[in-house]
Formats: sequence, structure tokens, C-alpha cells
Amino acid sequence: MEQFEFNYPAKRKVLKKSHIGVVGSGDLEVLLEPANDAAASVRIRTSAEGFKSTWKAVMDRFFGQYDGAASIEINDAGATPGVVLLRLQQAVEASER
Amino acid sequence: MKDPILTREYLKRRSFIELSARDRAKCLFDSGTGRELAGPFDRIESPWLAMQDVTPEADDGCIVMRGTIGGQQAVVIAFAGAFQGGAIGEVSGAKLTAALDLACADNEKGIRTSAVLLLETGGVRLQEANLGLAAVAEIISSIIALRRHAPVISLTAGTVGCFGGMSLAAGVSSYVVMTRQGRLGLNGPEVIEEESGVEEFDASDRSLIWSIFGGQQRYDQGLVDALVDDDADQIVKTVRDLIAQGVPPVHRSEQVDLYRSRITALDNSRQWNPEELHSWKNQNKKENQ
Repeated sequence: MEQFEFNYPAKRKVLKKSHIGVVGSGDLEVLLEPANDAAASVRIRTSAEGFKSTWKAVMDRFFGQYDGAASIEINDAGATPGVVLLRLQQAVEASER
Repeated sequence: MKDPILTREYLKRRSFIELSARDRAKCLFDSGTGRELAGPFDRIESPWLAMQDVTPEADDGCIVMRGTIGGQQAVVIAFAGAFQGGAIGEVSGAKLTAALDLACADNEKGIRTSAVLLLETGGVRLQEANLGLAAVAEIISSIIALRRHAPVISLTAGTVGCFGGMSLAAGVSSYVVMTRQGRLGLNGPEVIEEESGVEEFDASDRSLIWSIFGGQQRYDQGLVDALVDDDADQIVKTVRDLIAQGVPPVHRSEQVDLYRSRITALDNSRQWNPEELHSWKNQNKKENQ
């Protein structure tokens, strides 16, 4: 298992928390909460080792579009980048519903 | 050829199996009454998995919800089959036991509270072996304490099924509900093959597996109280009816003489086929008459 954290700037507050997904093979769980400060952070725990640069690229892409001040936690069981992005978008959608 | 009207009915129904564990639990409650206890944001996760390089889940794969079902208080505990095969660890076991004990305490205060267990589990989580075994013992004693007051319903819809120690939890429940897709057994197919050889049980033979462990076979053997379709509405109604029915006069696990006589009557000098097992209950009945 590998663990890392990335930080991004944010422009607006997040009002609601949301939980999406399950730590099942090829899937992941996302916990999205309002952050305490005006920035976003994402903490990742993944069972697939050696993919830190891929995670960084996926998060760069996601936070290039998302500007909420969210504190995000990801528990991953080997999801592909496409699945990661979909789950993140679902979490955002659920938090803004 | 299939009747096109039947196909339309099939497509119209809401699948229960395709729901996540959380949505399965939620859909059983009267609309809007289900609320989650000790949810993912409480972060009561397994402390043992990360030590063994396994990613933990924030709810430890166990969802506890409380609300009303058919106007009566109930707690639903659902296992996420996708996380570690729904296996029981220290935390998920403690969540289940605590939920059952709180329901039991409410009953003792005069608030009738039933429990529904959505069991999609391979049994004890190997990474937490002894703690998982201890959890199963606690779960069984908590079910037995609660079932005197209000029904404890075990539902195995599939597709993981219910195996190992948790099949014992199903066994001591007031009622067992299954779909044809669900499976119920103490030793899973691969365990049997590994222990006794492929001649005894071929764990790659799916039709054999379902003909032994499947919901239809378990229902025919009298080990299941209700066989339901993979239809959320039908499952909701079945659970509601069983809660309304209340505690059964005699629990299945109390009928020791009946089941002991069935086991004695079983000729284990030869291999039984699924069709014979199917009529096992009735043969036994004839012998007793």
C-alpha cells in the first residue's frame, strides 16, 4: 500500500460532504468534505504501488476543472485513471446536489 | 421463446443485487426514515489492514442503518461484498454486534426493534483471523439474545453469498431469505476442493456450486423461509411481512432433534447428487411418519 497527499488552490467553499464508491477490486472510495482553509487537499491510499506520477496527473486534471475547497480522501483498490476521475466527479455531483 | 410481456416485466423491475450495500440497506426502510450510524465519516476503520498493506475502507465494509420498516423500529446491517469479500473483521464485527445489542436493549425497554442482516460475506477476514472468529461468536450470541424479543432476518441476495462463520449467523436467525442467485454454506466450494480434492467438489463448476449452495436448493431443503426474485420491491415486501409476522414459535436452530435425525438418515458412504438433496427433506419426513 502507498500513501501520498496533493494540495491545490481553491476559489469557493464546499457546503456538503459526500461519500461515493467502495474499496473493491478495480474500484475506490471517495470521501469529500468541506476543507477548513481556502485550499483543496487530497489524501490517497492505494494498494497498487508505483503509480504516484499517474495519480499526480489524474489529480492535476481533476483540480484543473474543480475549484472547491474540499478535503478529499481516496481509498483505492487498483482503479484505473478513468474510474478515479468518474468517482471524483460523482463525489462532486453528490456534494452539490 | 420467451414471452415478450414477461421480458418487459423483467426489465421494469428494480434489481436488488445491482444496488450497493448502502443502497440495499436504505431501500428496506419506510421512505426517508433510514439513517446511517457509525458511517464512513466517523472513520471507524480496521487498524489491522494498513499494517498488512491492504487499503482499509472508512466504514470497514459494514453499513448500519436505523429507521422504521412497516412502521416498526428496525436496524439493518449490510456487508459490502465488494470490500474484502464482505469478510468480518474486528471493526465490522463490533459494529454488527453493537447494533444487535442496542436493538436488544431497546426491546427490553419496550421498544420493539427488529434486525435485518444483509449477508454478502465469505466469513472471517483472514487478515484479522482471531479477532474475526471472536466477532462471529459475539454476533451469534447477540442474535440469540435479540431473537427472543423481535425477529432477526438474514437476507443473502448474492452474488457473493454467505459462507464460513457468518453462515452460522444466518443459521441462528429467525428467518432466512434468499434469491436464486444467492449462495449459503459453511465451507465454500474452493475450501471443499482444497481440503477433499476435485473428485469431491469441483469448485470451477458453477452449475454444481449453485445446485448445492444456491437459494433454490436451500429453499427446497427447508433451510430458507422465503425465496425471492432479484426484485427490490418484492424483497422490501418480504422483509416487511416477516417483521410483521414477529418471532417464530420455534427457531430453526432450536430443532436439534429434527436436524440431527436428518443428518443420521444421510448415507454418506456414497456421493449424493443435487436432485437427491432436493428431496432430502421430504424423504426424511416420510421416514418419520
